[in-house]
Amino acid sequence: MTVYLLRRILQSFMVLVAMSIIVFVGVYAVGDPVEILISPDADQLERERAIRALGLDLPLWEQYLVFVQRALQGDLGRSFVFNEPALQIILQRMPATLELAFGSMFLSILIGLPLGLYAGLKPDSVASKTIMAGSILGFSLPTFWVGLMLIMVFAVQLGWLPSTGRGETATLFGLQWSFLTANGLAHILMPAFNLALFKISLVIRLTRAGVRETMLMDYVKFARAKGLSQNRVIFVHVFKNILIPVVTVVGLELGSTIAFSVVTESVFAWPGMGKLIIDSINVLDRPVIVAYLMIIVLMFIVINLVVDILYSVLDPRVRLEAKA
Amino acid sequence: MTATLEVRDLRTHFFTRAGIVKAVDGVSFTVERGKVLGLVGESGSGKSVTGFSIIGLVDPPGRVTGGQILFKGRDLASASEEEMRRLRGNRIAMIFQDPMMTLNPVLRVDTQMIETVQAHQKVDRETARQRARDTLGMVGIPSPDERLKSYPHQFSGGMRQRVAIAIALLHKPDLIIADEPTTALDVTIQGQILAEVQKLAAQTGTSLIWITHDLSVVAGLADDVAVMYAGRVVEDGPVSQVLDAPLHPYTVGLIGSVPSRNKRGEKLRQIPGMTPSLLSLPPGCAFQSRCARADAACRQDPDLFALREGQRARCFHPHLEAIPA
Repeated sequence: MTVYLLRRILQSFMVLVAMSIIVFVGVYAVGDPVEILISPDADQLERERAIRALGLDLPLWEQYLVFVQRALQGDLGRSFVFNEPALQIILQRMPATLELAFGSMFLSILIGLPLGLYAGLKPDSVASKTIMAGSILGFSLPTFWVGLMLIMVFAVQLGWLPSTGRGETATLFGLQWSFLTANGLAHILMPAFNLALFKISLVIRLTRAGVRETMLMDYVKFARAKGLSQNRVIFVHVFKNILIPVVTVVGLELGSTIAFSVVTESVFAWPGMGKLIIDSINVLDRPVIVAYLMIIVLMFIVINLVVDILYSVLDPRVRLEAKA
Repeated sequence: MTATLEVRDLRTHFFTRAGIVKAVDGVSFTVERGKVLGLVGESGSGKSVTGFSIIGLVDPPGRVTGGQILFKGRDLASASEEEMRRLRGNRIAMIFQDPMMTLNPVLRVDTQMIETVQAHQKVDRETARQRARDTLGMVGIPSPDERLKSYPHQFSGGMRQRVAIAIALLHKPDLIIADEPTTALDVTIQGQILAEVQKLAAQTGTSLIWITHDLSVVAGLADDVAVMYAGRVVEDGPVSQVLDAPLHPYTVGLIGSVPSRNKRGEKLRQIPGMTPSLLSLPPGCAFQSRCARADAACRQDPDLFALREGQRARCFHPHLEAIPA
């Protein structure tokens, strides 16, 4: 296990290095931030001073080395735009995105698992067919449109839920969280559901497929032949087996939700990281883009590791070993 | 005294889109207390479905459509699901064919045994655990205390089948239905398991239905044998009589197909053709298309004729003459 973890950490580090190079070169290729950041009225002297101050006068490889040197000391650079440490800007926005992502994941499991279980156990019932048809909608309706519809119905016409922003927040671990207040919860409900819709469908389909497959296994029949109650067969024997694929997919989905919840955040004016990265790309604020992507890569690495460890908990046949 | 199990005219049909498959179509047999019945037939002859019908676990679209399953006088065909649940694993246990598939891979052996004990008796975990451990020891699993904490994949196939047998024995059932439990095991393990089961059944007075296609297993284990073909019993009787002097041409062919009975260098004997589709059985004897003795009479449905003392066969042209060498 220890060897396995060490190996994974080493691999992760190499991924980080590769990622930083790709992003660095990529942003450099897209455009010159100087053209956007420095006012066209500035004279030559001012321009050169600004370029030097941003460190853009050096050749690319030197800029990269400076970045690496600072990154090793925990400094991912200062934003060209805000003139604040990039890491700090991102971390300020992080709680909003995190609670949105976790909220939507929670909803997708809370709604998706029971519906999928039902659809898997009674595949021919009308309710199951309705659930499956609904899940197709969940897959195919564009997020922004659903978001707008939700706002129109629940905020504008019914007036039940607020349409934008985070609402009241409360402090926990020195960060601001919405889910700790009733008002904040009311604010998070719609965007979280909007973000969850795709995942609900995914969980429904995965669960249903898992249940249908597992129900045919000999060990389920054997469990019934032992005289176990239907509930025990389903919630212990079947459930533990279908959790394995569900955990994998939900885990990976969590990463992409945190990283790419841009559309939902825009529609609901949710002040999270997704909005930040889009703005930063528009103005080629390289330190923020690089820092953001580094954090996302790190997050994916951690999530994958957690999923792998959860795997070995759920499935005794999986043992984490230092195999190549 | 009533027999442990008396099956009368059991019919289990599968209602598929292509039509009704009569997997079991009028099967009758009796298993006395402490006796072993061998249920023999090719794949698809309906022997496993018969077993599942008795225990009430026929998967849809199949269901028991007729007949009686009298278990100690009580008709299981009309029993409620809850009543069946209380009998299953308790008074009637089942052992499956493939030990690699019968234990849940993500639950420890102790979990799977303790839940079986607690499904039928209100005992605390520790008592259930002890019972599980003792039963594991009884079926010949070394250091049962440690093995209880293992997962199924940490056992070999033979050991897993022993665990499954131990689970079946937990409540000292009156009847065990064993569905080809040794088919997936190698010969030495097969012998051990057979001896073990025979011993345990004799000790506890448990009746056995041993479903198999292997006649040599039946020869060593069973008291009576019923040969099934296309959803029906075509011959039944005491095992020595049926195996030594088979009446039905199908039984004769089945015995002739055992390789060890063929002479060295001779071509191996086989029954020509294959089991007809149960969807479109021709009228009359189901075996007629593969039978050397078939004639016009066989287009009628033969009854199960009592042809010798205790031995019956469903055939118009039984092998009543001397047995072929």
